[in-house]
Amino acid sequence: MSTETSPWEEHFGSRENQNKAAQLGMWIFLGSEVLLFTNLFVGYGVYRYYYPDIFVEGSKHLEAGWATVQTLLLVTSSLFVALAVHYIRQGRQFLTALVLLVGMGMGLGFLGIKGWEYWKHWTEGALPGEYYRLEELPVRGGSLFFTLYFLLTGLHAVHMLVALGLLGWLVWGAVSGKYTAEYHIPVEVGGLYWHLVDVFWLFIYPLLYLVE
Amino acid sequence: MNPSAGSSQPAITYLNHETTVGSWLLTRDHKRIGVMFLVLVILALLLGGVFAMVLRIELLTPGPTIISAMTYNRMFTLHGVTMVWLFMIPAIPSAFGNFVLPIMLGAKDVAFPRLNLASVYIYVAGAGLTLFGMLWSGADTGWTFYTPYSTTSPTAVAPILLGVFIIGFSTIITGLNFITTVHTLRAPGMHWSRIPLFVWALYGTSVIQVVATPVLGMVLLLVFFERVFGVGLFDPARGGDPVLFQHMFWFYSHPAVYIMVLPAMGVITEVVCAFSRKNIFGYKMIAASTFGIAFVGFFSWGHHMFVSGQSTFGSGVFGVLSMLVAIFTAIKIFNWVATMYGGSIDLRVPLLYVLGFIFLLVFGGMTGVAVATTSLDVHWHDTYFIVAHFHYIMVGAVLMAFLAALHYWWPKMFGRVYPERWSFLAASTIIFGFIVTFLPQFLLGNLGMPRRYYQYPAELQWLNVLSTAGASLLAFGFTLIGVYLLWSLRYGRVSTANPWGSSGYEWYSGSPPAPHNFTEAPRFEREVHDYTVPEAPRVY
Amino acid sequence: MTPGEDSLAGTVEELFRRVLFLPEQASTVAKDVDHLHYVIITTAMVAATVIFGTAAYFLIRFRRRSETEVTRRVEGTLVWEVLFVGVPLSTFLVWFFVGYHDFIRMQTPPPDAMDVYVVGKQWMWQFTHPEGPNSIGVLRVPVGKPVRLLLTSRDVIHSFYVPAFRIKQDALPGAYTQTWFEVTKPGSYRVMCAEYCGLKHSEMWAEVQALSPEDYEAWMQEQRRGLVSRRDASPSAPEREEPHKPARQAASYDAQNPHGEVMYGERGTLAERGERVAAERGCLKCHTVDGTAHIGPTWLGLYGRRERLTTGETVVADEAYLTESMMKPGARLVEGFEPVMPSYLGELEAAEVAALVEYIKTLRGARLETIRSEGPVYEPIGGK
Repeated sequence: MSTETSPWEEHFGSRENQNKAAQLGMWIFLGSEVLLFTNLFVGYGVYRYYYPDIFVEGSKHLEAGWATVQTLLLVTSSLFVALAVHYIRQGRQFLTALVLLVGMGMGLGFLGIKGWEYWKHWTEGALPGEYYRLEELPVRGGSLFFTLYFLLTGLHAVHMLVALGLLGWLVWGAVSGKYTAEYHIPVEVGGLYWHLVDVFWLFIYPLLYLVE
Repeated sequence: MNPSAGSSQPAITYLNHETTVGSWLLTRDHKRIGVMFLVLVILALLLGGVFAMVLRIELLTPGPTIISAMTYNRMFTLHGVTMVWLFMIPAIPSAFGNFVLPIMLGAKDVAFPRLNLASVYIYVAGAGLTLFGMLWSGADTGWTFYTPYSTTSPTAVAPILLGVFIIGFSTIITGLNFITTVHTLRAPGMHWSRIPLFVWALYGTSVIQVVATPVLGMVLLLVFFERVFGVGLFDPARGGDPVLFQHMFWFYSHPAVYIMVLPAMGVITEVVCAFSRKNIFGYKMIAASTFGIAFVGFFSWGHHMFVSGQSTFGSGVFGVLSMLVAIFTAIKIFNWVATMYGGSIDLRVPLLYVLGFIFLLVFGGMTGVAVATTSLDVHWHDTYFIVAHFHYIMVGAVLMAFLAALHYWWPKMFGRVYPERWSFLAASTIIFGFIVTFLPQFLLGNLGMPRRYYQYPAELQWLNVLSTAGASLLAFGFTLIGVYLLWSLRYGRVSTANPWGSSGYEWYSGSPPAPHNFTEAPRFEREVHDYTVPEAPRVY
Repeated sequence: MTPGEDSLAGTVEELFRRVLFLPEQASTVAKDVDHLHYVIITTAMVAATVIFGTAAYFLIRFRRRSETEVTRRVEGTLVWEVLFVGVPLSTFLVWFFVGYHDFIRMQTPPPDAMDVYVVGKQWMWQFTHPEGPNSIGVLRVPVGKPVRLLLTSRDVIHSFYVPAFRIKQDALPGAYTQTWFEVTKPGSYRVMCAEYCGLKHSEMWAEVQALSPEDYEAWMQEQRRGLVSRRDASPSAPEREEPHKPARQAASYDAQNPHGEVMYGERGTLAERGERVAAERGCLKCHTVDGTAHIGPTWLGLYGRRERLTTGETVVADEAYLTESMMKPGARLVEGFEPVMPSYLGELEAAEVAALVEYIKTLRGARLETIRSEGPVYEPIGGK
């Protein structure tokens, strides 16, 4: 029977096997997550096909410059999270916590910019569905673009929040010495999740901001 | 077959090593989780069954009978929601899969026991929210939640949508757990080519669960947002396309049929082998066809939309792909029958259910091919023919397999044997009652009675009365099963470790199994369902 | 083919149709659809018999004779597996191609088809001929001429289904879909809604009245007389002779004549109940909730609105005025509307009136006005 204090679960047979299981489980979960977004991407594709011009116009309404900054922030943060995995494998817990915190800071920066963007849309009335007030674009199509915009970025932001919580938990674990060079699988798995959230953005960003 | 097999029953079992309520509610033991799911899904079956009986009684007369149209519309919605999401999808994987999959692989537990426990509570939370929605006002949209009706209906659709969304996570977790378990926790000697076909079926199911459930979750969430926040993604007034919802919905809900049917087919494979005392005919073909169904199932959703204005060519492609599913199913049916060849067949109740299963699946499958034939579906779409067809598959086939599994693994789970004669009576009643219930519905569909009809043309009454009569037989059969199974828990004969003389891998453990499944590490030296030697496998 | 063979084939066909409980075949495609149906069902029966025969034989032949019996290990061979796949696959593909061939025909209206516009709404069918006549519940068409239906919906998805024609087509809000049929014999045929559309889904019936070409022409001539604004279709000559056909009763049974739904186990907010009352009591037949003008004033934004009356006075549509309008509709009439609304005094319970008023109050705000659905476009048949 597994004891409460040891992170090693007995039923796996060996530690390698537990690491393997944790990673496989995470990958399956990530696959599942990807499909969560599929609907929205499909919806985007279909409605873009219905209203091509309106979607291009809608895209011009967004802050492409700031979105590029956001993209850079996220990509860099992924680098730091990758570094964290590297450090924890060597058992350097303090450095791990540090780079994770830097990564989290960038994530928060990303969310800050997003929040500012949302506020801007709020004031100009570029809101989803029945709250849509923007006059430059017709409701048929225009409101759909902003519905999809808010759903895609909103769902992504929710994932960001979850991922930030996860990183925070990893920082705590690293500082308190729970993770060692030997037992580093949570950092690896948590890092995977962060990268996935990052990758989602790399799909959302061109679709919403760049496509002409 | 070998009475000595009973001698090595473990004295301490998963049932008696801890008996407090807390030890059940906070257990991480996959067997106890399986039993908890079994109780939950049977409750759901009961609830859905009551809804079904109310519907059938209402349809006794062409006009209003006992309930109003509004109540009727809620009833069929709740019947569908309960049966599909609360019963059928978790029934075999979460209850029996959780119980026997690790044992079949020689593992002590599933890969993530804590997540497994969480899946129970997520299910309870989702089911609770759904029930709350039902009691509050009960949706009247049909279980398919088609927009724009579902976004404008005055009933409480939102909590039910959210409840189903939450239950989806329970399904994903179970799938994730099974896949990881199969990959990482197989006992020494359990090669890929030895994995029992029930496990392969669960594996295929898990893949669908992990891949398709999030899609459903998202689409239900979109309808939820549309109702609560008015985001209007499917609203024609804002340029949205209500048919897009149907595509997204069926992208999950068609594969969902295979989430229900694949585990059922896995059960059938195990039971046919055990009672024919034969290895399976065409192991690889059955495993391959499982994945064939899982794969093709994702590309046939459009056959629900032949008359919704989708392109003629699109309908043709979806029609052909749907027929491929029938081919994979046919392979399995032929292989099961071929397995009986040269066997030593003992017609016990589980095998009787298997015969019922094959019978209903042949008709359900053949009518499935018929409705995939585009021109015929135009007449049958949304009529009672479709209702009869999917009940043949889902109730007929899945429920038969569920009952087969329940009887086959009852001694394994609880160490007691159910009364043989009563179970024969119940099984015959159910199979006969089922045919009487749903055969007239094929004819009603041919006559053109649309589904979800509160009132119908008077000339169709006698067929409806026949169908209701069959439904009461079904209700009687289920009551009988409930009574004798509960009775057997306390008064039934104590089972030996391997009452069927099966050489399936799950019988390598005791009945009921020890807390960690085996008292010593099992060695899987024989092929699964190897009956070339008279001894039953050793109990570890 | 000699007449004898012909009648034999006819008898066999009729036998099949009756055994399978199929409705009469009244359109040009119905026979072809049914022929495939007969073939598939027969094959299914034969296949099932073979499978069960085999299983039953094995059950007896290989029954267990002793408790310690051992069995030979049998592996599936390639030949068997190829057979298991090949036989059903080839059968199914043949069915598919025959069926798809018919399906394409059913989906492609002939170029010489006449058009009729069909609008579904909760819970009635409206048919409009391009020549003018429009009717609720009865579609009149000539026998022997292909008819193309252009369907759309005012609210939720409906489905136009005529069992005797073996056709069905969804009517979608915000889009046109099409289907076609050619009736082979005069008579009336039941139309049903096949896509679940709410409370009275099962009463959303109509009928197709198939007239001989002469009767149809006479009827159309009759419609052309009189004022354009009053071109609501009236019954044709054969209908007046035989007013009690079952299908016609069905048609009049639908939305005109609800069966008196009782308020059953009411839940939800008052406004939600009002929405239901409005649907059940037929208010929405004349009043819209989306801002479009109809027989009565729209309810969108009605509450609190200043209305100009026929007398020239103005009135604010508050609770008192709304209630008065339900009970004494003619007392203070809004300008531009005919005094056609019946009094609901004694018809509506006090709670229902309150519910309606609350519902109308929730329809404030101009949010829907700005997003009025534009009429969907349809494409005419090529070369017309």
